[in-house]
Amino acid sequence: MHLYIAKRVAALVPILFGLTLIVFFIMALIPGDPALAILGAYATPDNVARLNAQLGLDQPLPVQYVTWLTNLLQGDLGRSYSLNRPVLDEVLERFSATAILAGAALVLCTIFGLLAGIVSAVRQYGLADKAVTLAVLVGISMPSFWLGLLLILLFAVELRWLPASGMYAIYGGGDLPDLLRHLILPAVTLAAVATGVVARLTRSAMLEVLRQDYIRTARAKGLPERRVIYVHAFKAALVSIIPVIGIQAGFVLGGAVYIETVFQWPGIGRMLVQAISTRDILLVQGGVLVVAASYVLINLLVDVLQSLVDPRVKT
Amino acid sequence: MKPAAAPAPVEAPVDALDAPPRKRERRSFLRLLLRNRLAGVGLVVLSAIVAVAILAPILPLADPNATAPANRLLPPLTPGHLLGTDELGRDLLSRLVWGTRLSLSMGVAATLVAALVGSTIGLVAGYAGGRLDNALMRSIDMLMAFPYILLALAIVAVLGPGLLNALYAVAVVNIPFFARNIRGVTVGLAHKDFVESARLAGMGHGRILVSEILPNVMPVIVITMSTTVGWMILETAGLSFLGLGSQPPQADLGSILGEGRKVMLTAPHVTTIAGVTIFLVVMSINLVGDGVRDALDPRLSAGALARPSAVTRIARPKSEGADAAAAPTGDHALAVRRLSTRFEIGARVLRAVEDVSFTIRRGECLGLVGESGSGKSVTALSLLGLVPSPPGVIRSGRVWRAGEDVLSLPREKLRALRGGRVSYIFQDPLGTLHPLFSVGDQLVEAIRAHRPASHAEAWTQAVALLERVRIPAAADRAEALPHELSGGMRQRVAIAMALANEPDLIIADEPTTALDVTVQAQILALLDELRREHGLALLFITHDFGVVSQLCDRVAVMYAGRIVEEGPTAEVLAAPAHPYTRRLIACVPILGSGRRALDAIPGLPPAVDALPDGCAFAPRCPRATGACREGEIPPISVADGRAARCLYAGEVMREAREGSAA
Repeated sequence: MHLYIAKRVAALVPILFGLTLIVFFIMALIPGDPALAILGAYATPDNVARLNAQLGLDQPLPVQYVTWLTNLLQGDLGRSYSLNRPVLDEVLERFSATAILAGAALVLCTIFGLLAGIVSAVRQYGLADKAVTLAVLVGISMPSFWLGLLLILLFAVELRWLPASGMYAIYGGGDLPDLLRHLILPAVTLAAVATGVVARLTRSAMLEVLRQDYIRTARAKGLPERRVIYVHAFKAALVSIIPVIGIQAGFVLGGAVYIETVFQWPGIGRMLVQAISTRDILLVQGGVLVVAASYVLINLLVDVLQSLVDPRVKT
Repeated sequence: MKPAAAPAPVEAPVDALDAPPRKRERRSFLRLLLRNRLAGVGLVVLSAIVAVAILAPILPLADPNATAPANRLLPPLTPGHLLGTDELGRDLLSRLVWGTRLSLSMGVAATLVAALVGSTIGLVAGYAGGRLDNALMRSIDMLMAFPYILLALAIVAVLGPGLLNALYAVAVVNIPFFARNIRGVTVGLAHKDFVESARLAGMGHGRILVSEILPNVMPVIVITMSTTVGWMILETAGLSFLGLGSQPPQADLGSILGEGRKVMLTAPHVTTIAGVTIFLVVMSINLVGDGVRDALDPRLSAGALARPSAVTRIARPKSEGADAAAAPTGDHALAVRRLSTRFEIGARVLRAVEDVSFTIRRGECLGLVGESGSGKSVTALSLLGLVPSPPGVIRSGRVWRAGEDVLSLPREKLRALRGGRVSYIFQDPLGTLHPLFSVGDQLVEAIRAHRPASHAEAWTQAVALLERVRIPAAADRAEALPHELSGGMRQRVAIAMALANEPDLIIADEPTTALDVTVQAQILALLDELRREHGLALLFITHDFGVVSQLCDRVAVMYAGRIVEEGPTAEVLAAPAHPYTRRLIACVPILGSGRRALDAIPGLPPAVDALPDGCAFAPRCPRATGACREGEIPPISVADGRAARCLYAGEVMREAREGSAA
């Protein structure tokens, strides 16, 4: 077990290295002169050259990469020119808001997706199955940004039950109940699609497993049907469900971009959209890198979880 | 919007590929697609939307970009503006139609780009294999290490906001799905005979890819396109919603929604109309896509995706013949009377077991012999209602045990019987033991399903059971998972599980077929020993007459769902009364005799959905006459305790005796 985890952690190094390469070189491909973007259209060529030298942009790309990577390893992602503060500070602060939102959505989609999928499989072709199938179809076809607007109209504008925006808790204002009140609508919106995907996959995984010979064995040895379904079939189905939940983690991290914009959640997705409009490349670079790295770590956790459920993968 | 669904479409196309669609099948594919009512609805809605989008230039619509500040935010159903106007007084209906046109074309264009690039990568990687494959797929994996939408954002950040750039970004993030799916299929094709022969014929790699492999991969590409085009439309709309896609005055559905958001509180109709439209487009595409995938999945039409219920469906006629309905007398462990089990798949009816009757006496071993597909396993599973249904149905018959009809028992009593008084051993112990529970835990479960015992007590008993089936170091082995044991050990575990509750009867369905010959002999010896030791009855199912001769007191021979001969093993072996039995015995190699009478039976068993009239063996039987091909042939008693369904049973027997005497 420990050996397996150690191996998986070691395998992270090349992946993370690859991530830095991609992020760096995508950003290096940007047409136009970053110094010019920073200084504005009225900069003199002299100023531009000086700033380029100051930023190290006159060096060949590989040298720039090494410098950038060295700085990165020391926790220096550069300085955001639009916010005039270190990129790392801004990114970490924003990321914590996104982590709360995405984490809540992931919990919601796992719980409700599993429940709906199991019910649907156990009552195959029954009323509950049809209801779940329909809900799943609606869920995965719904543009999440529109669903968010609908929920705001209903719960914030009409019913006035929940706030539509204004989450400041991560900046020290507000307490936990306040955070939760702000969290409900965006988390539900973000979870909607993912719940549909998990439910659909759980249904098909359960149906697949229920046809296996070992389920027949479980019945042949006289186990109660409850145990056959919720212990034998469910545990085997988890083997194919867990990776999909891992993929959903990536999905909610990315999908947060829309939801944060709709609910004005102060997360990294909204930061990225703003940074793209202001052409704050270093901020985009830092944001993308941190989110991608966190996704890689989540996948590691998923793999470890998988090996706990299915000891066969260790070998 | 649902990259996570990506793994799902991978499986179906690969399955579908095994049977490339022929013309006749293509028609049934359309029928299958339309039989799915939801897919039909999706197809209608989608066609309507596409038609309106295509016809947009010739429809009598207002200029979508003509502003009219005096008419801003008119509600729907205003004269002249069916859907009202937006915050600049532009006609919403017109903007909606043009926006749909733009969104659809963006989504389709992104899909085509992703399909072209992704499929090319997949084809090349799968065909070339080796280092190139490795390098390409590693890069694809790297792309997938990014959360889906984030990568699109990064690309837009590089290229700058704009319609085309959003299109490229969405196309790029979807390339991995195509590359992976298409590579998977190509790898399977790269070494098929027709590809090898094209290579030997001197065709270049490029030509082989295009003319030999591409046509076979095409269905997978189409399926992947149909399952991704919906999200690509959602994604491009999403980027436009964020202001990173289409730029004003040009508007797709996403940007109409994004602009409407600013006036959402005063004029919610703008966002609602745009949102509903996106939803309808994506939903109808998903419906059609699911329909296509299901229609191409052969398992669905075969009913193989249905969940088998805990007990086989039993649909017997209200009144049955007296010989079935009356409890048999005498000392038996189990008595089966006129059992018929069928698989009903749509209009097809497979008569897997037809009118089967036999009796197992206490402590007796009855062998049930037949070729694969003869119905012997289905017979075994029918006894305790373990045939999966759908599609299995028990259409008639009784299974008597201790004066009760097992098939009429309430569920709880049937459950208690399973693994209690009657237990099973199945063929392949790797597939029939749960892969994720230790064998000890699986034994504990079997014990605790029938007797109150703490986990610790049950564990002790489980270890004792493992010792009884001669598993060395049983206490350690109990902790093992099934895949950590050898085939022989696993089968011993299965036997231990069958013994767990001291049954009267064990039903063993080809318990040694999956094992090595030497291990087979050990397992058979163990079964025989345990049987004698505990005085339990055994229904032993096999295709091997050699095994029957070692183990069984009596034997019943099955062919095409019926028992064609039954009698004491030694007598049947000495003088079979049915030509089929005779052939089956001749298939057993005679050890040490210096000659192998491996005399295969000419022809194949009949399909059980197209049984001929009369004797099912007649088409393969050298002795068959016209009489054999008409009407039902009942079991004919040929000696004390012996019967055969053959009009010439007496002659066959006599001939066999003379033959063996000669």
